[in-house]
Amino acid sequence: MTELAASDPLPKPKRDIAPILLPIALALLMIPLVGSASTWLTLTAASLAMGMMIFIMASGLTLVFGLMDVLNFGHGAFIAVGAYVATLVFAPFAASAQADSLLVNLAVLAPAALLSMAVSGALGLMVERVLILPVYGQHLKQILMTTGGLIVAEQTLYALWGPQIIPMPLPASLRGSFILGDVAIAKYRVLAMLIGLAVFIAIQLVLNRTKLGLLIRAGVENREMVEALGYRIRRLFLGVFMAGSALAGLGGVMWALYREQVHASMSDELTVLIFVVVIIGGLGSIGGCFIGAILVAMVANYGGFLVPKLALVSNILLMVAILMWRPRGLYAVTSR
Amino acid sequence: MTDLLKLSGVHTHIGRYHILQGIDLAVPQGQVTMLLGRNGAGKTTTLRTIMGLWPASSGEIALGSERIESRATPDIARLGVGYVPESMAVFSDLTVKENLVLAARDGPMDDKQLDWIFGFFPALRRFWLSRAGSLSGGQKQMLSIARAIIEPRKLLLIDEPTKGLAPAIVMALIECLKEIKRKGATILLVEQNFFAARELGDSVLVMDNGTIVHRGEMAALAADVPLQERLLGLSLEAHQ
Repeated sequence: MTELAASDPLPKPKRDIAPILLPIALALLMIPLVGSASTWLTLTAASLAMGMMIFIMASGLTLVFGLMDVLNFGHGAFIAVGAYVATLVFAPFAASAQADSLLVNLAVLAPAALLSMAVSGALGLMVERVLILPVYGQHLKQILMTTGGLIVAEQTLYALWGPQIIPMPLPASLRGSFILGDVAIAKYRVLAMLIGLAVFIAIQLVLNRTKLGLLIRAGVENREMVEALGYRIRRLFLGVFMAGSALAGLGGVMWALYREQVHASMSDELTVLIFVVVIIGGLGSIGGCFIGAILVAMVANYGGFLVPKLALVSNILLMVAILMWRPRGLYAVTSR
Repeated sequence: MTDLLKLSGVHTHIGRYHILQGIDLAVPQGQVTMLLGRNGAGKTTTLRTIMGLWPASSGEIALGSERIESRATPDIARLGVGYVPESMAVFSDLTVKENLVLAARDGPMDDKQLDWIFGFFPALRRFWLSRAGSLSGGQKQMLSIARAIIEPRKLLLIDEPTKGLAPAIVMALIECLKEIKRKGATILLVEQNFFAARELGDSVLVMDNGTIVHRGEMAALAADVPLQERLLGLSLEAHQ
C-alpha cells in the first residue's frame, strides 16, 4: 500500500472567490459613474435590500431545480399566497401595526410572516404531491403543469380577495430612514438585509453542518448515488420543496411590505428576476443564488438610475454576460 | 455453498432498447464472482438492474430469501447492498469525510472500520477534509470503494474499479479487494482488466449481447487461452 501513501499531497482546494468579488467590483465601479457618494450609498443599500428579498424567494427554487431537475414555473404563486395570508394578520391588527412601538409592530409582523410561511409550505406540499409528482423527469409537462397551477392560484386569490390591490402599509416604526450624514437608508431596507442575511446563514449552516444538509448537497450533485446509499430522496425533495415554498411565502410578505401593496399577479414582475438569479447563480447553488440576487438587484438599481431605458433588458444582459463567462453559472454544482 | 444473489430470466429495457435478454446467474455467498464481457455486453446494466436503478422488465432477482426486483433503490441498499459505479460518483462538492459520513447510513462511522480503510487507503486520511472533487482518479476510486465498505454489507456490486487507473493504483486496489474478500464479503465484480479478474475471481460469468454465455471457475478460464479468445476476443496474455 506504500504506493498510495507516497502519492503527492494535493494542493489545498482553492476557494473560488471571483464571483464574490464581482458585486464588490461592480459597486466600486459605480462610484464615479453615479457621482454623488450619498446617492451611491443609497443605491447600494437599496440593491442589497432588494437582493436579499430576491434571494429569499429564489433560494428554494434553486434547490428544487438542482435537487430534482424540476422546472417550477409556478414558484410565484407561493410569493403571492404568502403576501395575501399576511394581510389576514395585518388587517385585524392594523392599529398594532401602526403603533409607535417597534416591539408591538414586530408582534404583528412576526406572526404574519410565520403564518405566511406555514401556509405557503403547506401549499408546497399539495403542489408537489398533485402537480409535480406525476411529471417527474418530464420538463415540458412540468412547465405546463406549474404554469397552469400559477394561473389557478392567481385566479383563486382574485376570487377570494377580489381584483382590487390591497394596501399593506409598513408598520410605523419601520417607516422613515436612518440618517448618516448626507445618506438616508430606509429602515425597512436594513430589516430586509438582516432577514436575508439571517436566512442565508441559516441555510448555509443546515447545508454544511447537518447530515440533512449533506444529503441535499449530495442530492443536487448526484441523486442516483444518494439513493444507492439507501436514502429516499423523494422525501428529501418534498421537504426541500416545502421549505422553498415557505421561503417564497416569506419573500412575498417582505416584497408586499416593500411595495406596500398586495395583488394576485405581484409575482409576475419577480418571476423573471428569480429565474435569472437561479440561472446565473448556478442551479442548486445557494452561494451562487446569494451573489446572483445581489448582482441582479445592483444592475436594476444602478442601471435604473444611470440608464433608465436599459432597465427592461439590463438583467437579461447581465445573465448573458455571466453565462458567457461561466456557462453553468457562477458556482456550478450540478452537471445539468 | 449457498447463493446470496440469484437472477432468473431477467430482462431489462432502456427506452426501446432490449438490453438484458433473460439473464440467469447466481453469486455464491462469500465469493468473488467476476462478470466479464466485451463493451456493450450488458455488464453495467446487470449491476444497475440488481440495484434497482434500471428496473427489470421481467424476471426474478433474489437477495437471500428476499425478492428485490420490484423494490426501490434505497430499499435494496438498506438490505445491505453496496454499489460502486463505474463513474465512481463521489460527491465532488463534499469532503472525503462528508462522503463517508453519508455512506455510514446507520449512525456514526465505526472507528475500527475507518482505521482498517485508512490502512489500505492512507490518502483518504491525508485528504480527509479536502473536497472529493480535488482528488485524483485513483483517490476518487478509493473513496468510492471506502464508501461502499464503511458499513458491513451483505453484497458488494463493483463496476470496473481499475478502469483508467495507473498500474500502481490498480495493484493497490487489487490488494484491498483481496482483503475485503478474505473478510468474507460477497462481491459481484465487473472488470475489463483480465489480470485483476484472475487475481480476484473465484467464479466467472461471461456476458455477450445481454445474455450469459459462459459460467465456470475463474481459474479454469484463466488457464484456457482459446476459450478466452472465443469469449472475450483477447487472451489473458494480451492484457499483460
